[in-house]
Amino acid sequence: MKASRPARQLYVISSTESLSDRAIAETSKPIIELKGLRREFQVGDELVHALNGIDLQITAGEYVSIMGPSGSGKSTLLYILGLLDVPTAGGYRLAGVNTAQMNDDERASARQRDIGFIFQSFHLVPRMSAAENVELPMTLAGVAPDERRERVKQALEGVALADRAGHRPDQLSGGQRQRVAIARAIVTQPKVLLADEPTGNLDTASGDEVLHIMEALNQQGLTLIVVTHDPDVGERAGRHIGLHDGDVASDRVTGAGE
Amino acid sequence: MRAADTARLAAESMLRYPLRTVMMLLATSIGVASVLALTSLGEGARRFVTGEFSSLGTNLVIVMPGKTETSGGGLMLLAGETPRDLTLEDAEAVLRSPYVSTVAPVMVGAAPISWGGLEREVPVLGSTRSLLGIRHWNMAIGDFLPKLDMDRAAPVCVLGGVLRREFFGDQSPVGKWMRIGDRRCRVIGVLATEGRSVGIDVGEIVVIPVASGQALFNSPSLFRIIAQARSRETMDKAKADMIRIIKERHYGEEDVTVITQDAVLGTFDTIFNALTMALAGIASISLIVAGVLIMNVMLVAVSQRTEEIGLLKALGAKRRQIIALFLTEAGFLSVTGAVAGVMFGYTAVFILRRVFPALDFTPPLWAVGAAFGVAIVSGLLFGILPARRAARLEPVAALTGQ
Repeated sequence: MKASRPARQLYVISSTESLSDRAIAETSKPIIELKGLRREFQVGDELVHALNGIDLQITAGEYVSIMGPSGSGKSTLLYILGLLDVPTAGGYRLAGVNTAQMNDDERASARQRDIGFIFQSFHLVPRMSAAENVELPMTLAGVAPDERRERVKQALEGVALADRAGHRPDQLSGGQRQRVAIARAIVTQPKVLLADEPTGNLDTASGDEVLHIMEALNQQGLTLIVVTHDPDVGERAGRHIGLHDGDVASDRVTGAGE
Repeated sequence: MRAADTARLAAESMLRYPLRTVMMLLATSIGVASVLALTSLGEGARRFVTGEFSSLGTNLVIVMPGKTETSGGGLMLLAGETPRDLTLEDAEAVLRSPYVSTVAPVMVGAAPISWGGLEREVPVLGSTRSLLGIRHWNMAIGDFLPKLDMDRAAPVCVLGGVLRREFFGDQSPVGKWMRIGDRRCRVIGVLATEGRSVGIDVGEIVVIPVASGQALFNSPSLFRIIAQARSRETMDKAKADMIRIIKERHYGEEDVTVITQDAVLGTFDTIFNALTMALAGIASISLIVAGVLIMNVMLVAVSQRTEEIGLLKALGAKRRQIIALFLTEAGFLSVTGAVAGVMFGYTAVFILRRVFPALDFTPPLWAVGAAFGVAIVSGLLFGILPARRAARLEPVAALTGQ
């Protein structure tokens, strides 16, 4: 953590302040601001409009589900939010920072600092143990080995997998793998957790468990955005955004999630 | 990312595909090993030839009858010009030069020698006592030729070690009378030095006084005059002096060829070094081929690991971190391959030495260094393209395996 980064500092303060203070900070500070966001793909001769000018604000600490049929642009939106993809036009401010001017490496740093990803297919490195998988983002960030070990231990305890630290992914169940992925996503203490169909490859029971863990993290102040086409999963969020053909078709708030 | 972590991750992915890794190591190591083996052949040949010439003695200036012309020589010969013979008087005259310390006239012929019912044809060397010191020969038994005037014959002879065993077995030959051609001579010593030197096996010669040789072969002409200069620095002066002296004696005609041992050695050195370099160059091509193979396999590895690269990017890996990972892997592969190649190479050299003990096969140190360097540099250079391709992958496409 660098004190010279105001955005980062804000997070540090909010995470150490009491819940009511953070609630004020949350409502007053949008973590994600989209203005006229467009994304077009050239597929053969045809120009596909995946996102058609999206305006959206997500406040820090919100629990948002993005739903829609396949081809509605929800995955594209998630990748742009996660700085893995770049919009064709429009503005995207992440934690108050305009991402339009970022180059490849700056986007990589912002991903490392602010974003945690959960994928439908887990994306664990098969040759590494659970602990090594969780350690990977910190290894890339150059965190000292001692600190890495300590934080890996905490993160695995947080997803109730401390006893599976030495297991490789093929020795874990689907639910356990996704919990390892969650531990990996949060070990760098990001501001936003982006989940792409997190329960898509899981049975109901383990899917439920995974959602519970993510929701618990959300209650501790982490902004949670879940992309899903499963209504049962989507309905659990506090805010539901429906996408249709690249447009926001609906945006309703049903309360504080769970 | 920390260097130790980069190394660890690169090593892990190297170990994940053992077959692929072994193939790449094999390619590099064969390249390095062939550089070592081929250069040691060239170096062995060089050492053999220079060794032959150094075994002649030190600071030698050698006079040969006849003048080698680089141009017009053929015409001169057609015109009927015959070189004047080198004679004992020439050899004596050469000693007048202040830069010459000793002179040994040498004449060579072949004659049958016999003793006690045994007979064989041997090379016979006619010379003087100074030859012993000039050639650095050692005596096993008895003494070398007595100190006589050059033109004094004597019925004595010195045997090579092989001849001594063939004729006398374990008996001492000293004092025995042998027959050489139509003459008799008393054996006065046996040479301890053996082995080939400039095509002649010292163990199989008979040495007699040069005047006796002239009588035996009925010819006044010398094969060579070998003179020893006082020092390495005065060799060129000695050479000039000798040419002048002999020219005077031959009525102003320079009809001899005078070579210094240094010049001969230098020439052979140059030729064989060039040969060794050429062999190294040829072998280096296999290192480049190994580099191309590394590139090929790394490119396959990049497409095999597309998803993993996408994940690393999602987790915040920067371009140069991805490049560092792949280059480190290529570096490990080529260093390991080079080390294995050096070991293979030395094994091959060891076997070569066993098979051809006459040649001293040793890969020159520069060749070992160069092979090592070229292997690593080519591995890294050819690793750049795949590494950059990996770093340029679009994270979304990579993650979804497209």
